[in-house]
Amino acid sequence: MPSSQKSTPSRPIESIESVFAGLGIAGYIASRQIATAIYIAHHLQKPILVEGPAGVGKTELAKSVASWLELPLIRMQCYEGLDESKALYEWKYGKQLLYTQILREKVGSVIGDADDLATAIGKLHAFGDIFFSKSFLEPRPLLRALEQPEGAVLLIDEIDKSDQEFEAFLLELLSDYQVSIPEIGSITAVVKPIVLLTSNSTRDLGDALKRRCLHLHIGFPDEKLEARIIASRVPGIDARLLAQLVSFVQQLRSLDLKKQPSVSESIDWARVLVLLHASVLEEQVVRDTLNVLLKFESDIDAARAHITHLTQRAQQAVVVED
Amino acid sequence: MSGPLPSFSAPLRAQASEPLRRFLQVARGAGLRVSAAEGIDAARAVDLVGYDDRGVLKDTLGLVLAKTPEEKALYDEAFELYFQREALAGKAAADVDAAPARSPQGSASDAAEPTDGSGRASLSQLLENDDRATLASALESAARQVGIEKIRLFTQKNLYIRQILERMGLREVEAQTAALRASGGADDDDRAQRLSERLERLRDSARDYVERSMLLYGRAETEQLRSRMLKSSRLANIDPSQHERMRVLVRTMAKRIATRYAMKRRRRQRGQLDIRRTLRRNMGWGGVPFITAWKQRRIEKPRVMVLCDVSGSVAWVAQFLLMFIYALTEVLSDIRSFAYSGSLIEVSDILERKPIDAAVVQVMAEMGFGSSNYGNSLADFENGWMEQVTNKTTLIILGDARGNDNDPRTEIMDRLAQRAKRIIWLNPEPRSAWGTGDSDMYRYLPYCSLARVCSTLNDLERVITDLLDRAH
Repeated sequence: MPSSQKSTPSRPIESIESVFAGLGIAGYIASRQIATAIYIAHHLQKPILVEGPAGVGKTELAKSVASWLELPLIRMQCYEGLDESKALYEWKYGKQLLYTQILREKVGSVIGDADDLATAIGKLHAFGDIFFSKSFLEPRPLLRALEQPEGAVLLIDEIDKSDQEFEAFLLELLSDYQVSIPEIGSITAVVKPIVLLTSNSTRDLGDALKRRCLHLHIGFPDEKLEARIIASRVPGIDARLLAQLVSFVQQLRSLDLKKQPSVSESIDWARVLVLLHASVLEEQVVRDTLNVLLKFESDIDAARAHITHLTQRAQQAVVVED
Repeated sequence: MSGPLPSFSAPLRAQASEPLRRFLQVARGAGLRVSAAEGIDAARAVDLVGYDDRGVLKDTLGLVLAKTPEEKALYDEAFELYFQREALAGKAAADVDAAPARSPQGSASDAAEPTDGSGRASLSQLLENDDRATLASALESAARQVGIEKIRLFTQKNLYIRQILERMGLREVEAQTAALRASGGADDDDRAQRLSERLERLRDSARDYVERSMLLYGRAETEQLRSRMLKSSRLANIDPSQHERMRVLVRTMAKRIATRYAMKRRRRQRGQLDIRRTLRRNMGWGGVPFITAWKQRRIEKPRVMVLCDVSGSVAWVAQFLLMFIYALTEVLSDIRSFAYSGSLIEVSDILERKPIDAAVVQVMAEMGFGSSNYGNSLADFENGWMEQVTNKTTLIILGDARGNDNDPRTEIMDRLAQRAKRIIWLNPEPRSAWGTGDSDMYRYLPYCSLARVCSTLNDLERVITDLLDRAH
């Protein structure tokens, strides 16, 4: 049935390696799992549900896919109370109101010489019912994503923040790439967009939603990958400092913390250290800049006790040759 | 991959390749819920990536089949188990797949006697030659013929071992051994001895095989059985080694309840048209109601204060009650928790700061397992927190009401009952024990709006459903 639709975006996704390379050019260092997910998702035409702790690059992934494939990125941020009038479409009430007024003025001339009611109604019927038509429709992110002529990357961010009703409402879109508008009918995607949903697991998502998606869990990267990610984001960084910094952050994650430092935090930290012209990790510098990594007072207190030890161990980290 | 995809032509690949089909079965056995649609997706995905790269294959199937962190762990385990076993079976499997092709009609004519004479002779021959590779493949094929993938319970183990061996020709070997023994020659005796030793070894490997299959195919069923048992047995009697499993159970139960009540609350919020607000909102359009406003009823989430006895045998129930309550934060608000034995302290802090499992352990370590004094603890509560008990508060008291003959201070209960919306008393003792010995249960009973025996997980679930039902 949907065979008439194109499914290839402007750049074909040929293999897992090409996803690797493409995302790399877009500045996203992917793990094999992530590249596989994008590849499979594209070819099976399924949305990907991306879960994982905050700051590991879930949203970034969508952005990078879009920039690599040169597709528009359409982003929808979810929140409690989000409903279809904000996500899918809304009627342009003002325009509709104007239309009724015009109609009221012109109705005399349209009906004109009709003698009885039946003829008048007949004449009115002859005019198309444009009141609920596409020209009065204000497309919101979801509808816009379906209408992109070249396809799009649709990012539904933090789906776990939305209500369960909204989740149910998304099902039609996710499985058939179409949406139903009661007054118009269903609208099918011109080109199927690549859909990514992200979730921080603040609540458990429904099984129905999960069944329609591929499920990608992005955890904290290992030492090597994290070093590569930081190196790509903070180009000027000294190799020795990078190795030490990554080792420190990795050790920090093994402590019992309320919120563990994520990749985005270690990138921030790397930037700060570069700004401070640090070339090796020193205890004093670590103490001064710890608040970049840890966001809770209690975590900073907890980590302080270990700093000397962790720094010493981090200083022994060897530079990873790529 | 550049050609047109077989998109939506799912039936094309509906019959997933044999290894994948078996793996799906294994995955289901491991407790993953793999729907038919996901099975088809898996087949299409595997088509895409092929079997060559084990890592990619694992990632791919993981994307399609496992949808939560717990499922990912189960999946990883199942994948490793299955493919490790595949590797063991390795070449043997290839031989076996060819074997049935040799005599396609064989199965139609037989029940106990497979194929023909050569098949029977071969088992004792194989044993004599000690041809392990062929034995292994024969074992595998026999296992498949008796339908090993249907094994579900541990109790079926011996049955399957017996069936597999018989299918391989056990009786003939036994007859032959007996005949050799009877003939009485020293040479024959040796042969018989050797045969029976090797047969024993074969039996061992059959047991191994069945146990591995049991692990692969039967896990979900065994788990279910165990869960059912755990839910209905007294919490105090459950072995500490099962506690991890219990925690998982509590979490899933709480999740189910939470979803049910979250929906209920929203449904009640749907009201009638609020005409006043609708008109005001649409003033700009001359009062034509483009945007409607609806009357809404505010549904309060129940506010809960939990008083847990953490002394002696009650402690284990307390642990699970706390876990349950805190897993329900979605539908409860403003949970305050207190632990008491000889005296009472507030433990909300600990429970909010730490992950619940660790927190409960800490509370128990700080307060638990003393001897209880109800009067004293109630007095502590009155002094410290009486002010915060309002007519919206549900007070849950968990304890056996055995105050070691101290003054029960029922007058405090009276005052509490007057302030609070209601008091629910959960007693882990059976009703017949209430009021016996030093139990003050019947003295407290008049002040409670609800008193329940609560000693199993099922009891707990019922009590909490009650709590939410009557909250509205």
